[in-house]
Amino acid sequence: MGNFFDIRMSFLFDPLAVFFLSVIFLVSLPSAVYSIGYLAKKYSPRKIAYAWFLLTAFIISMALVVSVASALTFLIAWEIMSLVSYFLVVFDSKEEKSVQAGVIYLVMTHVGTAFIMAGFLIMHKYANSFDFISLKQASAIMPSSVKNIVFLFLLTGFGTKAGIVPFHIWLPYAHPQAPSHISSIMSGVMIKTGIYGIIRFVIFILGVDSMWWGSLILVLAGVSCLVGVIYALMEHDIKKLLAYHSIENIGIILLGVGSSMVFLKLNMPGLAIFSLIAGLYHLINHAVFKGLLFLCAGGVYSATGTRDIERLGGLIKKMPLTAFSFLIGAMAISALPPLNGFVSEWLTLQAFFVASLTACTAGLKIFFSLCAAILALTGGLAAACFVKAFGMVFLAMPRSKSPENASEVSLSMKTGMLFLVFFTIALGLGAGFVFRLLKVVAQSVASCDIGAVKLSLNDFMFLEGQASGVNLSTPLVALILGAVMIGIYLGFGRNKIRKYNTWDCGYYKLGSRNEYTATGFSKPFRIAFNFFLMPYTRTEKLRKSFYYIRSFKYETFTTPVFKKYMYYPLIGMIFTTAKFMRRLQSGSIHMYISYIFITILVLIIFMNKF
Amino acid sequence: MESLFIIIIAPMVSGIITKVKNNLRMRVGPGVFQPYYNLIKLFYKEEVVSDKTSWIFSIAPSIVLASVVLAALLVPIFTITPYAHHVGEFLLIIFILALGRFFLALAGLDAGSSFGGMGSSREMFISSLAEPAAILSIFAVSLNAGTTNLGAISSAHAVKFSSIAAGLSLLMVAIAETSRIPIDNQETHLELTMIHEAMVLEYSGRSLAFIELASHIKQMIFFSLIANILFPFAVLGGNIVFGIAAYILEILAISAVVGFIEVSVAKMRLFRVVDFLAFSFVISLAAIVISIMGA
Repeated sequence: MGNFFDIRMSFLFDPLAVFFLSVIFLVSLPSAVYSIGYLAKKYSPRKIAYAWFLLTAFIISMALVVSVASALTFLIAWEIMSLVSYFLVVFDSKEEKSVQAGVIYLVMTHVGTAFIMAGFLIMHKYANSFDFISLKQASAIMPSSVKNIVFLFLLTGFGTKAGIVPFHIWLPYAHPQAPSHISSIMSGVMIKTGIYGIIRFVIFILGVDSMWWGSLILVLAGVSCLVGVIYALMEHDIKKLLAYHSIENIGIILLGVGSSMVFLKLNMPGLAIFSLIAGLYHLINHAVFKGLLFLCAGGVYSATGTRDIERLGGLIKKMPLTAFSFLIGAMAISALPPLNGFVSEWLTLQAFFVASLTACTAGLKIFFSLCAAILALTGGLAAACFVKAFGMVFLAMPRSKSPENASEVSLSMKTGMLFLVFFTIALGLGAGFVFRLLKVVAQSVASCDIGAVKLSLNDFMFLEGQASGVNLSTPLVALILGAVMIGIYLGFGRNKIRKYNTWDCGYYKLGSRNEYTATGFSKPFRIAFNFFLMPYTRTEKLRKSFYYIRSFKYETFTTPVFKKYMYYPLIGMIFTTAKFMRRLQSGSIHMYISYIFITILVLIIFMNKF
Repeated sequence: MESLFIIIIAPMVSGIITKVKNNLRMRVGPGVFQPYYNLIKLFYKEEVVSDKTSWIFSIAPSIVLASVVLAALLVPIFTITPYAHHVGEFLLIIFILALGRFFLALAGLDAGSSFGGMGSSREMFISSLAEPAAILSIFAVSLNAGTTNLGAISSAHAVKFSSIAAGLSLLMVAIAETSRIPIDNQETHLELTMIHEAMVLEYSGRSLAFIELASHIKQMIFFSLIANILFPFAVLGGNIVFGIAAYILEILAISAVVGFIEVSVAKMRLFRVVDFLAFSFVISLAAIVISIMGA
């Protein structure tokens, strides 16, 4: 057994840990500042003190997760993080929804932790220690079959936390239910600890052993992208919509990480490092812009009291700064140049392109092209979704009473948002600089020498070398766009302008009831993807008599495929088993003592045998 | 210089397509310079702006125009190196055009009219489905050239079969993106059948002129790309006169084909567009497979 229970705190501050620490603090800091104004408006002083305690514990536990140097302390930090975030999800415990979301989250996260624990224990059997370095050394003597099992366990465990499909179901419940600054940290940072786990334990410690590891991750990532964005299109709760986009973006990050694993196995270190950079770049980008979007959504929620985008509208006039921040976030997440989301998606596409150019088999080449097509479709759908979200929340006229009396958020909330707006723009324009930093991180993870392969950069252009002279310069893109726009304004200005009503086909009054709705906006998508969404409608007629209908209600739903065909049968099975097992519970103490006796006997035999 | 050239002749290409269509229908039709007259007329007209709109509505036309101008700088025309080759490459063009579309779709929602919303929704629907086909056809031609650098792609010395397939797929994407029949109809004035036109319904005067000019340039960008993929003759050969002549002939040929398609098929129902774009996607995937096989 040796040092099984030797819990010493030892830390490992390698570039990967430092990178994740900086991501954590980059999002946590503005969220904490934001929470000053956000909490003061809604909660009592006691509750606020409780919130600050939980927030601090949450940030510290996440920092521990990414910086400890032993698997056992990692597990302890991981568990603290999960529990604290559970208490944050049920922070508004008066709402029934919060409690329900909390239960789903608690169950899913512990199933995940169980898998991680199992994986660690198997690794410990070979290393006799939980220390990262000895685990890494021990992975050399692990047989392939064991490695495969450990990989699957770790992928399930960390995948649950990261929210990849099909382990994603807790995410759209838990994230929106927490207070907004917490949603921002959960979506921006906490789910990234799952990615950290995959990079640290699979790539760094275990080492990529088989080809199918990377391919499996790529497939899951592609599915996550599409499922996340399609569900997001159907969603009308602004925070749930953002939560679904987190699933999508985790998919994009994993497209980078997964292809890097494939290249490591193919022994193409240059490309492996390049795609790992793409994945890590999208990771920090998503942390920043998703944090920003959640903070803006929280601002809208606290100003109007509703999260349903069908009831919002016209907020750009009442909350100009929140609208501007949300617009920047929406542009970034839709991968529009010159902001940061564009840079990382472009890098991922370039990685796929070079892969389909140089990968060794034709099948792999086509596989990578298909990944690129999925990424392109995801990008297009995400843009559509954010046109919907921004348009419904901020543009045109208010659709109900609640947004009419909204006012701009308080100073501390503005500060938090603007901080992240700044980084969204900076990470886009400073792409060359960020790329160089990430190269250090990626190289230390993959621990391979890229030698002759040149991934060179300067501040304006990057990626010359493998992709033969392909340049991208976001500052120049911004410069030209800005110059042309200013040129248009200076050269032409605007002609005479008359303010008048919106075109109303000659009727005299257009109200907010004539506006296009979010449901209407997403209808083409609902029909195009009906094989997956399986939409159905429910109509309800209230009649006075057969001929006179007093009111008519029409609702449209989509079938939650994963819940219906995967989780409900699973839960049903668990209940059936539990009912069966209930027969053991006779209530007689003699029986229970004999159970304990049998258990001990079995354990003794097991210990002697193995 | 070259980019200025395509910006200037862009409206004329739309005029030529209209002329072709009208001649096929045995009509005389307006002259090829009609789009210029329209633009000039719109340019000096008074603007009517809805009082429900915000700054998004007023800033959108200049963003749209700026984005297509930037994209035009990235396209090689009759010399190999595009003007702004150190800014970006082939994939950037797709992302840049998405920027303009994003703002135009927001502007469509801004006035609070159902038409604008409907147009935005459908435009985003079509463009998001067109994106995979566009990326894959770019991949196919780039695989042939070994880079996504447009200059290198256009200087290919032999036309490969896979490039032709990719060009075909890109032509279908171009039809969808430039709102032509069978996807959309530029000539219709029935609000319910319009897609792009419905989205910009609230615009008038100078802003509308900017948006129309941007659509002309966008069409020109797609045509130039297809021309340089299908027949990279223009950028071949040192002779600039030969290059310009070949380029103009290619553009005329593509315009004629597009005009012919417009008169010979009917507009599709919106949900059939999925099939159209799926077909385009399959062609581009086939182009990739062929390209990997080496043809």
